[in-house]
Amino acid sequence: MASSGTTLRGFTASRVADFSVGDMAAIVGFDHVSFGYNAGPETLVDVTLSIPSGEVLVLVGRSGAGKSTILKLINRLLLPTIGVVSVEGRDTREWDGITLRRRIGYVLQDVGLFPHMTVEDNVAIVPRLEGWTPDRRRERVGVLLDMVGMPAETYARRYPRELSGGQRQRVGLARALAVDPPILLMDEPFGALDPVTRVELRAEFTRIRTALETTVIVVTHDMAEAFALGHRIGVIDDGGLVACDRPSAIATSADVRVRRLVETLVRPPETGQTP
Amino acid sequence: MTLVQFWLAHLGELGRLTAQHLVLVLVSTGVAVALGVPLGVLAVRRPRLGQPLLVAANVAQTIPSLALLGFLLPLPFVGGVGPRTALVTLTLYALLPIVRTTAAGLRSIDPAVVESGVAMGMTPRQLLTLVELPLALPSIVAGIRVATVVGVGTATIAAAIGAGGLGEYIFRGLSMVDTTTILAGALPAAALALVADGLLAWLERVLQSGRHGTTKGLSVLAALVLAAALLSPVYARGAAGSVVVGSKNFTEQVILGELVAQALEAEGVPVVRKLNLGGTFICDRALRAGDVDVYVEYTGTAVTAVFRQPVVRNSQAMLLRTRELYAPVGVTALAPLGFDNTFAILVRRADADRLGLTTIDDLRGVASRWTPGFGYEFLQREDGFAGLTKTYGLAFGRAPIAMDLSLIYKAVADGTLDVTAGDATSAQIDALGLAALADTRHYFPPYDAVPLVRTATLLRRTEVRRALDGLAGRISAADMRAMNAAVDVRREDPADVARAFLRSTRAGRAGE
Repeated sequence: MASSGTTLRGFTASRVADFSVGDMAAIVGFDHVSFGYNAGPETLVDVTLSIPSGEVLVLVGRSGAGKSTILKLINRLLLPTIGVVSVEGRDTREWDGITLRRRIGYVLQDVGLFPHMTVEDNVAIVPRLEGWTPDRRRERVGVLLDMVGMPAETYARRYPRELSGGQRQRVGLARALAVDPPILLMDEPFGALDPVTRVELRAEFTRIRTALETTVIVVTHDMAEAFALGHRIGVIDDGGLVACDRPSAIATSADVRVRRLVETLVRPPETGQTP
Repeated sequence: MTLVQFWLAHLGELGRLTAQHLVLVLVSTGVAVALGVPLGVLAVRRPRLGQPLLVAANVAQTIPSLALLGFLLPLPFVGGVGPRTALVTLTLYALLPIVRTTAAGLRSIDPAVVESGVAMGMTPRQLLTLVELPLALPSIVAGIRVATVVGVGTATIAAAIGAGGLGEYIFRGLSMVDTTTILAGALPAAALALVADGLLAWLERVLQSGRHGTTKGLSVLAALVLAAALLSPVYARGAAGSVVVGSKNFTEQVILGELVAQALEAEGVPVVRKLNLGGTFICDRALRAGDVDVYVEYTGTAVTAVFRQPVVRNSQAMLLRTRELYAPVGVTALAPLGFDNTFAILVRRADADRLGLTTIDDLRGVASRWTPGFGYEFLQREDGFAGLTKTYGLAFGRAPIAMDLSLIYKAVADGTLDVTAGDATSAQIDALGLAALADTRHYFPPYDAVPLVRTATLLRRTEVRRALDGLAGRISAADMRAMNAAVDVRREDPADVARAFLRSTRAGRAGE
């Protein structure tokens, strides 16, 4: 990671090799995982899931279905009650939480930018935790801000409250990608944005993601987003993973729980001419 | 003397007292921040541990400051006469607002911000220093602001235990019933509070604006700590082997303290003055603890109030009893200075003339219609109010009003009180048109003024005994009244009055 720290990751030999084994050795795996808070009812029931390196998996479901719990199990904010969650082939119980989290980018719905830090300091926070020199941090911040379309000359010294919602989301993305993590977790990343900005940002995200080849797990309740972003879509209903397949297969699924979500897709309003 | 004249005449002293005041507030607030912020963090992180701490800080806050000082005074390590006890007290007071606002500041942080810090792989310590404390800082500074302003006010009490500060003028002014002197201390203290408040309000705004606030805030705090460090020499102790002279908090005592101090200095003994300490009990504790080497006590007070022994009605027997009682605690009562400052029961001279009052017995006829009022000590003491009413069979119509000693003379003069007990040597008796009633039943014991010295000090420096014996029998009641009048009525400086008196008696001695 250190060698690729100051440039965007390209298709290096090792990445290609990584990718080729990705289908067999999942970068994130869930093996019969259940989770419940203390003695309460289980929020996640018997989830088995394998995410190959480089995939974009979108988890959809209504609020409270257990989507965010899946993300927190991956970066070890939570540990499974039953079953095993593995990252890069290792049980998360064996990972040191701090080390693991620094390898996993995280973008929250309300971004969680630090309000007392400038854009530059926000983006450079994980490199700072990792002990990068200030020069190297500054260089990396420049690259990242350019990548998310917010030139450093203009934005580096601004504070989060001086930015629009979309700009904040871009900074959040840049921050999550700062140390070029192999895995990126996104919790309702575009949920708080206006529709136009949302579509814009989705396209941009897809462009950046394609260049980076990062494994991405996105959580959303927006089916349109799932279809726009996902290589695969996982449908969570009442704590269980009821389907996980390519978008085309999800769109034609006969499962009523999947259909219910697919039918939420907004279509152009009836004008009388539609069949 | 106008206020400005007073300040100009005491410029050096004003500077020193202001500096002491600043040191008291800065050091105590600094320590309170150093303790309070971690405690606030603890209160949030470990509520089971932190909650009782918050309660304890709350309780400390509710104890009146003078009571807390008296409470801490006899304790080892934290107690003693001087800045230490004052600093402990002020720190305890400053602690609560700081702990409370730190906890509140931490609790008010958006959980999403904390969560993203955790998800980014911050260790708990990094989360605290990089995210939580910076975000709680404006709230913490608001707490420091409250603590500082309260501290500036409370620090005036420090003078009661010899810790200096602007309170010295306030206490001195109160004991001399001199508004100018009171204001000379009160106004700068108020100004100090306003300046501190303004400065911290500015700091709070800077921090809230966020832009490089943290750096700026920390540099201001660092500057304040540095200022305290630079000012701390205002508490420079006297030369090694110096003798500490104490006194209680009324004019006569301050003059006597000056007389003793100057007599010692004349013998080449280096002296540290801790005049205007609180009442008898504070002086006694200070003497026994070794914080004070010498102060002038009255035999009657020593036997009845300090040792709670029965009164002896004879001057000589009383002196012997005093010596006997002090010897086991390592204190020597030297030769009496020459005057007897017994209690005088005082009424308005106009009343005395109109009603024909000459003795305390004469009060029986008017007691039921009159309002008595006394100093706190007199109401408490064995030889005070309770004994007086019993001995003379007085039945007052109202419960006695408790009042500071410095205020009782004026209170009788202006009609708030009708009768009180004052010092027989007080200059205010004549000045305010009061009359003393004769103690025909010899209720009040003799109150001969004697210097009390730590025996160890007498052994360490033989000049001390020589200097103090030089004062023996030289101060008559008339001398004392005259000196009291010079300070209380003519507003002369106690040190000057003492100097003039010593010069005149020395001249007298030379001529013998």
